[in-house]
Amino acid sequence: MQAFTQLNGLVAPLDRANVDTDAIIPKQFLKSIKRSGFGPNAFDEWRYLDQGEPGMDNSKRPINPDFVLNQSRYQGASVLLTRENFGCGSSREHAPWALEDYGFKVIIAPSFADIFFNNCFKNGMLPIVLKADVVDGLFNQVSVTEGYKLNIDLSAQTITTPAGEVHPFEVDAFRKHCLLNGLDDIGLTMQQQDKIKAFELKHQQAQPWLFN
Amino acid sequence: MAKTLYDKLFDSHVVTEENGTALIYIDRHLVHEVTSPQAFEGLRLAGRKPWRISSIVATADHNTPTNGWDKGLSGIADPVARLQIETLSDNIREFGAKAYFPFMDSRQGIVHVVGPEQGATLPGMTVVCGDSHTSTHGAFGALAHGIGTSEVEHVMATQCLVQKKSKTMQVVVNGILGKGVTAKDVALAIIGKTGTAGGNGYAIEFAGSVIRNMSMEGRMTLCNMAIEAGARAGIIAVDDTTINYVKGRPFSPKADQWEAAVAYWNTLHSDEGAAFDATVTLNAEDIQPQVTWGTSPEMVVGIDGKVPSLEMAKNEVQRGDWERAYAYMGLTPNTLISDIQIDKVFIGSCTNSRIEDLRAAAAIAKGKHIAPNVKLALVVPGSGLVKAQAEQEGLDKIFTEAGFEWREPGCSMCLAMNADRLASGERCASTSNRNFEGRQGQGGRTHLVSPEMAAAAAVAGHFVDVRDLS
Ligand code: SF4
Repeated sequence: MQAFTQLNGLVAPLDRANVDTDAIIPKQFLKSIKRSGFGPNAFDEWRYLDQGEPGMDNSKRPINPDFVLNQSRYQGASVLLTRENFGCGSSREHAPWALEDYGFKVIIAPSFADIFFNNCFKNGMLPIVLKADVVDGLFNQVSVTEGYKLNIDLSAQTITTPAGEVHPFEVDAFRKHCLLNGLDDIGLTMQQQDKIKAFELKHQQAQPWLFN
Repeated sequence: MAKTLYDKLFDSHVVTEENGTALIYIDRHLVHEVTSPQAFEGLRLAGRKPWRISSIVATADHNTPTNGWDKGLSGIADPVARLQIETLSDNIREFGAKAYFPFMDSRQGIVHVVGPEQGATLPGMTVVCGDSHTSTHGAFGALAHGIGTSEVEHVMATQCLVQKKSKTMQVVVNGILGKGVTAKDVALAIIGKTGTAGGNGYAIEFAGSVIRNMSMEGRMTLCNMAIEAGARAGIIAVDDTTINYVKGRPFSPKADQWEAAVAYWNTLHSDEGAAFDATVTLNAEDIQPQVTWGTSPEMVVGIDGKVPSLEMAKNEVQRGDWERAYAYMGLTPNTLISDIQIDKVFIGSCTNSRIEDLRAAAAIAKGKHIAPNVKLALVVPGSGLVKAQAEQEGLDKIFTEAGFEWREPGCSMCLAMNADRLASGERCASTSNRNFEGRQGQGGRTHLVSPEMAAAAAVAGHFVDVRDLS
C-alpha cells in the first residue's frame, strides 16, 4: 500500500449528503475482475450525459457541464469536501478504488458510512471527519476562492487553510501508523500467526461444530 | 458485569487486542463473484493460501441471469459478466471451499439466503462477506457484517479481521403488529426514525415483543436492513425460534454435537441490565405499511401519507437532498402515496425473497391480474431451493396466472447488474433494500415496500393499502 504523510491539495466541493457507493461507482463497472481503472467512471451517472457501460471510450462521452467536478477550476483536485454519511450503501471497495484512481487522496465530511471509511484506509486514502460547522465554513471558502487548497498533515493531524487557520482532526492510532508507513495489513496480521493458531485450537475445542 | 449480546459475540472472538484495536477470528466467510476476484488475485500474487478452507461457502448471485438457463453459461450475453462468473469457479477450483453453489446449481442463490438455508450460518458465529447485507445473518445471534475486498483477502489469508469495537444501540419494538404490517415495514419505520446515518458506528440489537414473535425469515429481513440504518451489524438474541430453524439443515451441528451447541446458543442474549450506548423505541401499533418516496431509505412514509413538503425538512442540507429527490423521482410535494402509479414491480432480493415472502405476495395476487399499466412484474426467488419449494406449493402458478414473470434465483433487479433493470424514468414497486439513484437502472425510480404491498401495487397499478384488501 502507498504511504500517506502530507498533502497540499486542490479542494473540490460535492455539496450533497448521503452520497452512496452506487453513485460513486455504478454497478455495471463492478463486473471487472481488476482493481484498477475505475477513475474515469467515478460518479459516472452524474458526470456524463449518456449511459455508461464498461469498455466505452470515456474521453468521447458527453460531459454533464452541471456536475461540479466537471468545472475547470476543480480539475486536478485531490481533496474531496462533502457532506454527512458519505459512502453509504454497498460495501463495494470499487468506490475508494474509483476515487483514488480519479486522484482523490483525502475526503473531508462531517461523517462517513462505516464500511466505506474502513475501505479508504486500505487504499492509502485518508477520510477525515470534521464538525458540520467547520465543513460548512470550508464549503464557503472553496466557493469564493478559485484554486483553494488545503494542507493536510497526517502525523500532526492537522488541516491548514490558505489563511493559516488550523483544524485538528482525530485518527485511530493503528490506522495512522499503517497509513504513514504504507503497511500492508495482511503482513502485519501474519506476524500474529501463533496467536491465531492458539485461539483456533481453543475455539475448536469449545465449539467443534464450527469446524465441521 | 452484565454484557450485551454484541459484547459476548465480539469478546469470544478476540485473538489479540492492543489499544482498542482487536484481531477477531472469523468462523464463516461467504463469497460471491463480484467482490472476490481481486482478493483471490491478491492471494495469488503474494503466494498465499486460504487459512481455513472449511470456513468458505461460495455462490454466484449478483451477476447471474434470471432467465435463459437452458442455454447455460453461453446464455449470458455480456462477456464481462460471464468472465466474472467463470472466474469465481476458477478461483474456487484453485483455492478450495467447504461448499460452492455455482451458477445453475439447484442450491445456487443470493448468498444471504443460501447461508442460513444451508445451516452455514449458526448462532454465535462471526460471519463476513464482501457485501454490506451480511448484516442479515445477525438474525441468528451471530456477529455478521459486510467487508471490503481488501478485507476479503485479509480474512482468506489470516482467518481474522482487524476490528475496533462498535458502540451498541438497542432498538426495541413492543406491541402487536397490525394486519398487513410486516418485518419490512418495521425495518423501514425504524430507518424513518433513525435516519440512514443514525446507526453509523453502532451494532444494533433488535429486541421487544414484536421481534420475539417474528419468524426467522422476518428477523432476517429486519437485520438485512440494519445497514440501511447505517449499522454494519444487526443482531437478535437466540431463542427457540432460532434453534428450531437451524435444526436439521445440511451444515448444522450433527446429533452428537447438537446438545452442547444448543446449551451454548441459549446463552446468546444480552444480560439483564446490560447497558447500551443508545436506545430507540417504537410501538408496533404506530407502524403502518411503509412506502419510500425518495432516493434514500430514510425518505419513507406510511401508505396513507404524502410526499413531504420542504417545510418539513430538518435543515438546509436535507432541503437540498429532498429537492434533488423530488426531481429524480418525478414527484411533487404533498402527492398522496396512493396516487403514485407504477410501471414495474420487483419481488425479490436478500431482503424479501424467501418462501414466506413469496407466500405473502401470492396470497394477494391470487385470482387477480396485474394492472394494464404495469409493464413487467418480476418474481425472483432467493435461491434454487426457495424456488423449488414455491413450485411445490403452486405459488409459481398463482403468479404466472396473475401476469407476473416467474424467474430463476439471483440478485436480479435489486441492483440490476444483469439484464433485469428499469429504463430511465420507469417507476418500480420493489421489495429490495435500496432506492438510491440508478440502483435499479440508470434513471429508474424505486419505491421500497413489503412483498404484500408490492403485489397489491402490481394488481392496482398504483400503491394501495394492503389492509384495505379483503
Ligand atoms: S439481493 Fe441486492 S442487496 Fe442483496 S446481496 Fe444481492 S444485490 Fe446485494
